[in-house]
Amino acid sequence: MKLFRIRGGIHPDDRKQLAAGQAIEDLPLPALLHIPLQQHIGAPASPAVRRGQRVAKGDLIAQGQGVISAPVHAPTSGRIMGVGSYPAHHASGLSVPTVTLQPDGEDRWGDQIQGVADPFALDPDEIAARVGAAGIVGLGGATFPAAVKLNLRKKYRLHTLVINGAECEPYLTCDDRLMREQADAIVDGIRIVAHALGVKQIIIGIENNKPEAQAAMAVAASIDPTIRLARLPARYPMGSEKHLVQTLTGRETPARGLTADIGVVVHNPATAFAVHEALRFGYPLVSRVVTVSGGAIAQPRNLRVLLGTRVQNLLDHCGGFREEPARLVSGGPMMGQPLPSARVPMVKGSNGVLALTAAETSLSQPMPCIRCASCVQACPCGLLPLELAARIRAADLEGAVRLGLMDCIGCGSCAYVCQANLPLVQFFNYAKGEMAARGRAKQKQAETKRLIEQRAARIEAIQQAKREAMAARKREADAKKKAAATTQAATAETEV
Amino acid sequence: MLIPIISLAILGLALGGLLGVAARYLKVEGNPLAEQVTALMPGSQCGQCGYPGCGPAAEAIASGAAPITLCPPGGRALAEELAALLGVTADLSGVADKPPMIAHINENLCVGCTKCFKRCPTDAIMGANNMIHSVFADACTGCEMCFDVCPTECIEMRPLTATLQTWFWPKPILEG
Repeated sequence: MKLFRIRGGIHPDDRKQLAAGQAIEDLPLPALLHIPLQQHIGAPASPAVRRGQRVAKGDLIAQGQGVISAPVHAPTSGRIMGVGSYPAHHASGLSVPTVTLQPDGEDRWGDQIQGVADPFALDPDEIAARVGAAGIVGLGGATFPAAVKLNLRKKYRLHTLVINGAECEPYLTCDDRLMREQADAIVDGIRIVAHALGVKQIIIGIENNKPEAQAAMAVAASIDPTIRLARLPARYPMGSEKHLVQTLTGRETPARGLTADIGVVVHNPATAFAVHEALRFGYPLVSRVVTVSGGAIAQPRNLRVLLGTRVQNLLDHCGGFREEPARLVSGGPMMGQPLPSARVPMVKGSNGVLALTAAETSLSQPMPCIRCASCVQACPCGLLPLELAARIRAADLEGAVRLGLMDCIGCGSCAYVCQANLPLVQFFNYAKGEMAARGRAKQKQAETKRLIEQRAARIEAIQQAKREAMAARKREADAKKKAAATTQAATAETEV
Repeated sequence: MLIPIISLAILGLALGGLLGVAARYLKVEGNPLAEQVTALMPGSQCGQCGYPGCGPAAEAIASGAAPITLCPPGGRALAEELAALLGVTADLSGVADKPPMIAHINENLCVGCTKCFKRCPTDAIMGANNMIHSVFADACTGCEMCFDVCPTECIEMRPLTATLQTWFWPKPILEG
């Protein structure tokens, strides 16, 4: 099919050969699981279990709260050891509410687990409800609740479903392996999603560095004529949904808008697989495929991991470290975040664990910007990274926003090509965080003003009521006095 | 010679009269800048700046009597907004952005006197007579009005800890 060019981008060495040959393998049951209650974007789930309670695999352990949220399920059968706080799978090292589960080794599914014989007979709302109840979120890393995305059909006119099998991050091979090994299941999931969205065409985009996955998906997709396979040139960041949609349809998503604005919804193949499992078998999302790779890993592998398994368990299963890693990264090397320790649990959004050697991280001393504009050429969003960074460095965040900071997707292409080794993405991430914090402060200020006004109005109303009550009492007393006076006068008259 | 003098004199008198009338009828009540500054202030009337409330503080800022960095709850963000509004450049590096604080009630010491609850300008404290009081973290502005009145000193100001939603990367530091 015809593809369109996107601007910018880079061609990093993909290093996928480290793990691409390894078939997906189930990680043995760990001794303890630490399941965070927030593994998605939106409101955290609230715990639905108590300490000491026994749960079966797939039982609900935390209920989603609000519209944008997702429930959490028990990844295996066992006993709840506690509901407390535990370090999060996050660069900050902060602790988050977490349920600790001790597996009993039986790995027994609950009795309520039941699939649907024919998902295509279901109403779109029913499919979205089931996907939501299964706790499925976008498994590409963004972890946006999938059910909310399925309901986009109510607000937008959708015509195309795009399956993002680009997997443009170097090292990661989990989607590649899943597409090779579970192509039929993924295509089934894709068709269910397409049915729920009511779209007319489906495009599966896979980069040319995954010929086996392309072949497997082409065979599996031949059952449905509405599915087309797009062979994408290998270029980072092809997997950015807005750029992928532009490559496939030639249309650009509006700034700070959704791809749904131009009628396209993008899902990850792993999400489609999870939808297949949830609808056909009733399995909630309790595990995911993770690539463990990097130069410091003894045996890079692709593992199917129960959510809540500690990173250390994965590293141990892959033979530990070949050499001391310079950095432990969650996700890909381009957009992944450093992990504070190997104690943290795996979550729905973690698609890779990389242990990178000092040579791979190539940390070098930043030098002054020479304005070579390599970053401008590399930026897939058409921004001026050097100008943005200069403004942020000078604490002129408003200036950076005017230059389009909020359109930056944080892909790191600019920092990759930077001759001066400037930490450009770090500047942008800081600035976005700071702007968000200012937005929250402003919102709180407006809220404070509202509260103060309400309080003033309430106090005024109370005082008004008091004054009225006082006046009423006074009138009553006066009336009584008057009545007493008249009766007195009357008795005096009769006496006379 | 006489005509230009007379005409200029008449012109001057007429325009001067017009200005005099305009000054009387189009008089500006107060400093309009003060109102704009008040709109930016947090509005909790906490008095931490030393002025009796946000209104007087805003007037002082607008007239230049007070530095734009005087509002502790507003912090650096407010100082920057004020700098932009007033067109002044202030050295903001000195404003150590005090971490946002919120009140916390020690439940073991609270006697349920309702003093704090009555003083809270944003209704951030819930309580009743002889009941343990509690703070709504989302509504608390850290103004410390309750902190001073507690008879059992059970209120402490705690820094607001970051969550996964509010945490973000610090600014990278480059030498030179």
